[in-house]
Amino acid sequence: MESATTTAAAAKPLAEVRADFPILRRERDGVPIAYLDSAATSQKPESVIAAIDSYYRQSNANVHRGVYELAQEATDLFEGARERIAAFVGGETATTIFTRNATEAINLVAYAWGGANVGPGDEVVITHMEHHSNIVPWQLLCQRQGAKLRYLGVSEDGQLSLDQLDEVLGSGRVKIVSVAHVSNVLGTINPVEEIVARAKAAGAVTLIDGSQAVPQMPVDLGRIGADFYAWTGHKALGPTGIGVLHGRRDVLEAMPPFIGGGDMIASVGFDTSTWNDLPWKFEAGTSPIAEGVALGAAIDYLSAIGMDNVRAHERELTAYTLERLEEVEGVHVFGPIDPDSRGGVVSLELKGIHPHDLAEICDREHVCIRAGHHCAQPLMREMGVPATARASFHVYNNHEDVDRLISALQTAREVFAL
Amino acid sequence: MDALYRDYILDHYKNPRNFGELEPHSLEAHDVNPLCGDELGVHLVVDGEGTITDLRFHGQGCAISQASASIASEELIGMKADEVAALGADWLIDLLGIPISPTRRKCALLSLKVMRGAISGDASWPE
Repeated sequence: MESATTTAAAAKPLAEVRADFPILRRERDGVPIAYLDSAATSQKPESVIAAIDSYYRQSNANVHRGVYELAQEATDLFEGARERIAAFVGGETATTIFTRNATEAINLVAYAWGGANVGPGDEVVITHMEHHSNIVPWQLLCQRQGAKLRYLGVSEDGQLSLDQLDEVLGSGRVKIVSVAHVSNVLGTINPVEEIVARAKAAGAVTLIDGSQAVPQMPVDLGRIGADFYAWTGHKALGPTGIGVLHGRRDVLEAMPPFIGGGDMIASVGFDTSTWNDLPWKFEAGTSPIAEGVALGAAIDYLSAIGMDNVRAHERELTAYTLERLEEVEGVHVFGPIDPDSRGGVVSLELKGIHPHDLAEICDREHVCIRAGHHCAQPLMREMGVPATARASFHVYNNHEDVDRLISALQTAREVFAL
Repeated sequence: MDALYRDYILDHYKNPRNFGELEPHSLEAHDVNPLCGDELGVHLVVDGEGTITDLRFHGQGCAISQASASIASEELIGMKADEVAALGADWLIDLLGIPISPTRRKCALLSLKVMRGAISGDASWPE
């Protein structure tokens, strides 16, 4: 697989990367932080923080229209980042659209493409393991257009069924299939190439939500073949406020714009306007310029490590966590048991202790885990729990972080007298 | 001894008082904590004098929210309904007797929110 690394830097030993993240030096009562919530947002390396700082200190100007040198420099930095970000996932620069986050990217498709292509009686297919950001935009679209929202179920071991997909596609009314690449709760890596191929054969358009995939594994858009692929910068070591939508050129060209304003027009008359070229047709108003530049620095950083190495690290840490969790009495892990078919996220319950209480007791030992429904309430309902506790990893995590989690879980059992 | 998960808190969590449903009941309400998905319902019986003569709560949640509902339920039986509608957050926080951090405040107050909602229809968070 081509992960399109443009930075030629040699792979850095993962043991050394921890020092690149200043926040991990944070201590409370002499105890360093164990940050295990990267599926919510990742921490940022020095190079990303420096990119934002130096952009504002040395290169800040509005992009695309200034004739002076500074404006040209800002434009080059921003558009140069777009080029590298596109190449990072095997995409095309002109069809790589910057949004505010993955949620906005999915809303862009639901409004602009959906409004023009989904009508009464048509069907939209999503799954029970989607994040709310890949559920609510489709609920709204279906309500507006009189279309039907259909769900694929999730098996006991956290998998989708391709047979059920075929069955649903058999109605002949499915206009779009929108599925997470990696589940933010179960960690399941979905067979997106196969899902896209089957949907395409049935005449449906496809969107893959790659928010949990791009940060932690090699992604090749050419191989996946989806019409749309959305992800967000802040989970991939980049800043908040920037997401990415990759689209197929012919589909994007045929779509009406999403948000209207400056920068997205070719010319504006009194009654009508004509649209700018891709990708700017979908980027109304002043862009998140510093954020784009910093996301470029984030993918340079990931490229230097190598996404195959990142994936191997996530897989190894997940396997280690699953193994160590067996020592804790009363723990039940959700999702696939095989680390080969799951990303770096482990959701669990500990019998007799609510996830919120677990997270609170972990926090006392300066171990940050998430407790709650993880913006996936339909999935929680399927699993029959109100909430789970979730630990998730990135390049900076190590065995010691996991050991501290295990020890905090044991402490929680003592506190609750179990 | 843990400052938050004190023995009596864990006891009310593991063996909640007045837990379940009540048929027939005169008032009821159901609510969720949108942050964590915890849910709590309550059934109340109020007599002709406006006194709460019985109540049951049901639902699921963390130790703080469940213990809070259980502890509050013991106080509320025998109180006048309009007194309960006027209770503020401090009443319940003081009753719990444990340090409640800002992140756990809604856990602690969900039960009072639901009980006030059942009586007065006011579904706002107690202040």
